Amino acid sequence: MGRIITLREALGEAMSEEMRRDESVFLMGEEVAEYNGAYKVSKGMLDEFGPKRVIDTPITELGFAGIGVGAAMNGLRPIVEFMTWNFAILAFDQIVNNAAKTLSQSAGQFNCPVVFRGPSGAAGQLAQQHSQTFESWMGNVPGLKVISCIDPADAKGLLKSAIRDNDPVCIMESEIMYGLKGEVPEDEYLVPIGQARVRRSGTDITLVSFNKMVLVCLDAAEELAKEGISAEVIDLRTIRPLDIATLVESVKKTNRMVVVDESWPMFGVSSEVAYQVQKDAFDYLDAPVRRVNAADTSLPYASTLVDEYLPNPEKVIRAVKEVMYVQA
Amino acid sequence: MADVAEKAKTKLKYSKEQYLEWYHIMMLIRRFEERTLLAYSQQKVRGFCHVYIGQEAIAAGLKSALKPEDGIVTAYRQHGIALMKGASPNACMAELFGKATGIVKGKGGSMHFFLAENKYFGGNGIVGAQIPIGTGIAFAEKYKGTHFLCVTMFGDGAARQGSLFESFNMAMTWKLPVLYICENNFYAMGTSVNRTSNVTDIYKIGHAFDIPSEPVDGMDPEKVHEAIEKAAKHIREGKGPYFLEIKTYRYKGHSVSDPARYRSKEEVEHYKALDPIEILRDRILGSNVVTEAELDAIEEEIKDAVDAAVEFADNSPLPDPSELFTDNYMQEDYPFIKD
Ligand SMILES: Cc1ncc(C[n+]2csc(CCOP(=O)(O)OP(=O)(O)O)c2C)c(N)n1
Ligand SMILES: [Mg+2]
Repeated sequence: MGRIITLREALGEAMSEEMRRDESVFLMGEEVAEYNGAYKVSKGMLDEFGPKRVIDTPITELGFAGIGVGAAMNGLRPIVEFMTWNFAILAFDQIVNNAAKTLSQSAGQFNCPVVFRGPSGAAGQLAQQHSQTFESWMGNVPGLKVISCIDPADAKGLLKSAIRDNDPVCIMESEIMYGLKGEVPEDEYLVPIGQARVRRSGTDITLVSFNKMVLVCLDAAEELAKEGISAEVIDLRTIRPLDIATLVESVKKTNRMVVVDESWPMFGVSSEVAYQVQKDAFDYLDAPVRRVNAADTSLPYASTLVDEYLPNPEKVIRAVKEVMYVQA
Repeated sequence: MADVAEKAKTKLKYSKEQYLEWYHIMMLIRRFEERTLLAYSQQKVRGFCHVYIGQEAIAAGLKSALKPEDGIVTAYRQHGIALMKGASPNACMAELFGKATGIVKGKGGSMHFFLAENKYFGGNGIVGAQIPIGTGIAFAEKYKGTHFLCVTMFGDGAARQGSLFESFNMAMTWKLPVLYICENNFYAMGTSVNRTSNVTDIYKIGHAFDIPSEPVDGMDPEKVHEAIEKAAKHIREGKGPYFLEIKTYRYKGHSVSDPARYRSKEEVEHYKALDPIEILRDRILGSNVVTEAELDAIEEEIKDAVDAAVEFADNSPLPDPSELFTDNYMQEDYPFIKD
């Protein structure tokens, strides 16, 4: 029997367990210590670990991300929290030019075991600058690993793996999912990086997704079931490396796939999944792989525009019916 | 009676109209923000929402000391600055309500008002991002050979971003007509100024670049006005940037969702006793050139304007969903990916 906890608590537990286990792990970011985290993910950690290991930074994303890189090159295992990934854009120089490239540049002399984590994706009516999705951006960069997951148990196990990983790992969470509850195992466990997970099995269509769009897929699958369509829902959990084998296995059974991805459509996770699946499972596909993305626009504030922008179960169902060639 | 006679002796430094202008804009901002908070609690306003209550004297001093053609750019705590720059309360409230009649058609919300015709270059949501942008706006003024400047505003938290140091250096090297204003309200979310740097007198940062830099009492519109007037004169003479650290206080939490437990009650009470609107009101009434009835009439007018703004916002339509695809490119037939 496990315990029911929130995503926020699961992530906090992962960090605390790893900090108890390994003195070289520390957490830094804006409001992580005295305020207990902008979204309370690090609640109680300052009390337990003290200001040496739970560190409030000024608002200086480029600077403290770089301090994370340097500390990682010199034997520590930093966890760098971004209040949201939107602000990590300031730090992309350090993430992309340094964290991702240190091993290659130094021909293996220096590795960079740093974790960059924070929420990604739209979170209500936050407008253009605060609503972006980063899996595709970071997933494009060789040298990085990228995780995006909101299931409490998986997120906890993946974050623990990320902290122990010897490569730089970017973790995408979700502001509006921190309160999501789920069952986590009682005992210590890890979830390996690079494995997708089937969240619902089905036989007629494979829905591939990650982060909070998995919930949109599960809702769509529920609706489709009422119409006699059996949807399999796969949560990628890790964006880089991509677990193509699990997707191909599923398509062999369902022969159809829709990718649901909150990123913008061009050059994104959905494009990559569609390419890989058509390459490796072409003979099993009975229809082109389709995708449902956020709109190819910036996300404005008004509620009507947010609704128009985001994937939702109706849009997913429409895409499913198209690849199944059934009337909407 | 002796009391009144005593007060009658306080002489005002500026014209009656000047004080009434300050009183009007500060009161408008205060009432507008109070209505915003109410509307937020009614879920008519959504998303991140940061109000300006406590900081109104800065807007007042800017209004009187600047030319209309001077540009201004600030962060997300911007409703008051937009109103000061001439944005209509109707359009601002409608924006907060996410309506098509908003100042940016419901597309920006609380953090992003813009008003090109009045050279209001907007509210920016990324801490520190507007510092180089304001520097660039000033660069363009110099390039075009105007005598206008750009006011570039940011918080104490933003003063730690690298963008500030890079901008200060270029602005001073190239003698750009930019007035940097740090609104130091002593907190960046839950982080007090003294936890973000050893340099807690933020104006001193300017000295590292030889930028003339001064602290200013931001609870008094007169002092803000004088500091800005002096700085603007220096800038218009082509001598390059100026930096004012205006000390102020926000009475509410960082945003509507912040209970602000990191501040003591005593501290907040201390600043509320320094309320810029109360101070101004006492000063005006103490002069005996303005009657209480005149101030009451201003308040009444503002109350009506804010009521009207809420009604306007309530009755306005939401943007049509097709608006999602407008204003992304100047190119009219841009080929969006639609599946
Ligand atoms: C680059 C960046 N990092 C973090 C944030 C989140 N954030 C929004 S406001 C804020 C505090 C800013 O404080 P300050 O500059 O003092 O302005 P104030 O809110 O006091 O007006 C933070 C950390 C952000 N919007 N942008
Ligand atoms: Mg501040």
